Amino acid sequence: MTALLEVEDLRVHFGSGDAIVRAVDGVSLRIEAGETLGIVGESGSGKSVTALSLLRLVPTPPGRIAGGRIAFAGTDLLSLPIERMRAIRGREIAMIFQDPMTSLNPVLTVGRQISEVLELHLGLDSAAARRRTIELFEMVGIPAAATRVGDYPHHFSGGMRQRVMIAMAIACRPKLLVADEPTTALDVTIQAQILDLIRSLQHELGMALIVITHDLGVVAGMADRVAVMYAGRVVEEGPSDRIFGAPRMPYTIGLLQSVPRADARGQRRLTPIAGAPPEPYGETRSCRFAPRCTHAEAACRGTVPVLREVAAGHRAACLRDIEAPWVRPS
Amino acid sequence: MSAPPVLEVADLRVHFPVRRGLVFERIAGTVRAVDGVSFAINRGETLGLVGESGCGKTTVGRAIVGLTPPTSGEIRINGVAGGSRGRSVQFVFQDPYASLNPRMTIAQTIAEPVRLHGLRDSRSAVADRVHELLELVGLRRAHAERYPHELSGGQRQRVGIARALACEPELIVCDEPVSALDVSIQAQVINLLQDLQERLGLTYLFIAHGLGVIRQISTRVAVMYLGRIVEMADKADLYDAPRHPYTRALLSASPVPDPVVERRRKRIILRGDVPSAMSPPPGCHFHTRCPVAMPECAVGDATLLPAGAAGQVSACRRAFELDRILDGGTYATHRG
Repeated sequence: MTALLEVEDLRVHFGSGDAIVRAVDGVSLRIEAGETLGIVGESGSGKSVTALSLLRLVPTPPGRIAGGRIAFAGTDLLSLPIERMRAIRGREIAMIFQDPMTSLNPVLTVGRQISEVLELHLGLDSAAARRRTIELFEMVGIPAAATRVGDYPHHFSGGMRQRVMIAMAIACRPKLLVADEPTTALDVTIQAQILDLIRSLQHELGMALIVITHDLGVVAGMADRVAVMYAGRVVEEGPSDRIFGAPRMPYTIGLLQSVPRADARGQRRLTPIAGAPPEPYGETRSCRFAPRCTHAEAACRGTVPVLREVAAGHRAACLRDIEAPWVRPS
Repeated sequence: MSAPPVLEVADLRVHFPVRRGLVFERIAGTVRAVDGVSFAINRGETLGLVGESGCGKTTVGRAIVGLTPPTSGEIRINGVAGGSRGRSVQFVFQDPYASLNPRMTIAQTIAEPVRLHGLRDSRSAVADRVHELLELVGLRRAHAERYPHELSGGQRQRVGIARALACEPELIVCDEPVSALDVSIQAQVINLLQDLQERLGLTYLFIAHGLGVIRQISTRVAVMYLGRIVEMADKADLYDAPRHPYTRALLSASPVPDPVVERRRKRIILRGDVPSAMSPPPGCHFHTRCPVAMPECAVGDATLLPAGAAGQVSACRRAFELDRILDGGTYATHRG
């Protein structure tokens, strides 16, 4: 069976010559229809560039997709003429970003911006597009939908603006929604509202969802499967319960031991990861995490570990057999 | 006789006038950023001040350090009110990059307060102190001659902490000191702050929006909403037996990196946005979004009253009914 989206050995480079930054350095991902994949990583891990590549939105220059394959419902996106790609963006694959203010046009009413999508992609006339826009506003929980469609982006609070973005994203009932840090700019109670909305819309519309975030808690609450990225690569991938309950890559283990948990009883000292992430720069013949890894051996500095299966559906890019020092409380 | 608390804040109010009009400027209203806040911090303690954006937590911190003049109320350091805070209260900012002079080396940055306050006499004593401080915060001597842009975010925050320590302060106000840092670096800085507290007996006011970070570092926790403290308690009591519906909503909305916990727990999803601090709702400020509000919550004052554990206070009239009437918002049921 073919997956809804299959990314194979994706490489995205920025700059040229000796100063090539390998922002994405051989990423492979797979997502089935209706599934939720979480991509976690710290800044510079390549998670956002990976997301932009799916829609071929990497700013070129300085960036370019240097290799790999992205197949969406069997169609190779990277070789598609740009007009066909435009027809897929928004209609088949939609995206929401961290800061809705920068992705909305400040001089057009929000209603106009959504109607435009409907007219362009679905060929609705302007009256039908307006009716549908009001319906979409109601679906995403914007009160007084019929009047609010006439407002400009700056009239909305941060949480309401993200609802507008979500209304726009689901306007054409996409098969895949890519959400890049959708709640990072929001307060925690508003974040809960937005995540709740995304979950229920996904259920209602049967969309697949990719959630990209640095917040391990958000991923734990949303994702069926999780991919952990470090320095341009996926270093661990598997079912959410495995990644959080029985991680096998020292970086993932380190991340989980670094996060202070709001539900942690007693006084537990955090175990940080030493050092700082590398600049994804140049080619490497070693595990990129090795300089910070307490388990690294000579072999780790001579080979780039590939993802290997450590349990059913669970893969880790580590030469060693390291297990997390905790047992899940049941 | 016991010593007075390092910090006492009594009925602090900070109001900002909102001006309108270009030529005929007039005052169109008042933002009540801080609207009657009282608390104390004892020596060696960390009070965590938590709340969402606009709740006034940063303004409380700025008023204590002396960066924002209070409209009314009293701030006492070691029992002494008024006057210049001088070096006795220091601030650690969220963004160390914006708070460090880009043209000064790390050594100059740290030496400045040592010299300014006359804490060491000779040039060599100042230099020794700088190296001692660098070592305390886990930086190497080699960092002394570098400039801020040559350091990573985590290292810059260490410099910010060293500069605060250089003043030998009574109290350090940390305003979101780890929010701009990646998770793996955050933990390094949190551990550093805890180690320094243990070694030097420091007292912290730790301001943050993240409930995980606050739980990790605090001795006691105060929760703010729209300019007021709505609940304050020892850490364990606040997290395990919260007695205010807003605290419960915050806890239930705060994601935990564990899918098992995430699946099992009940969420309290609050309706709507936080009202404007220019026209906060009458009565209990939270009543417009409160899942268990009663008509009488819209009138009168929501006073902090004892609520359960020793030292726990809540501004909710239904504090003792919450276990029965509000499902969710505690972790107590699913973790042993």
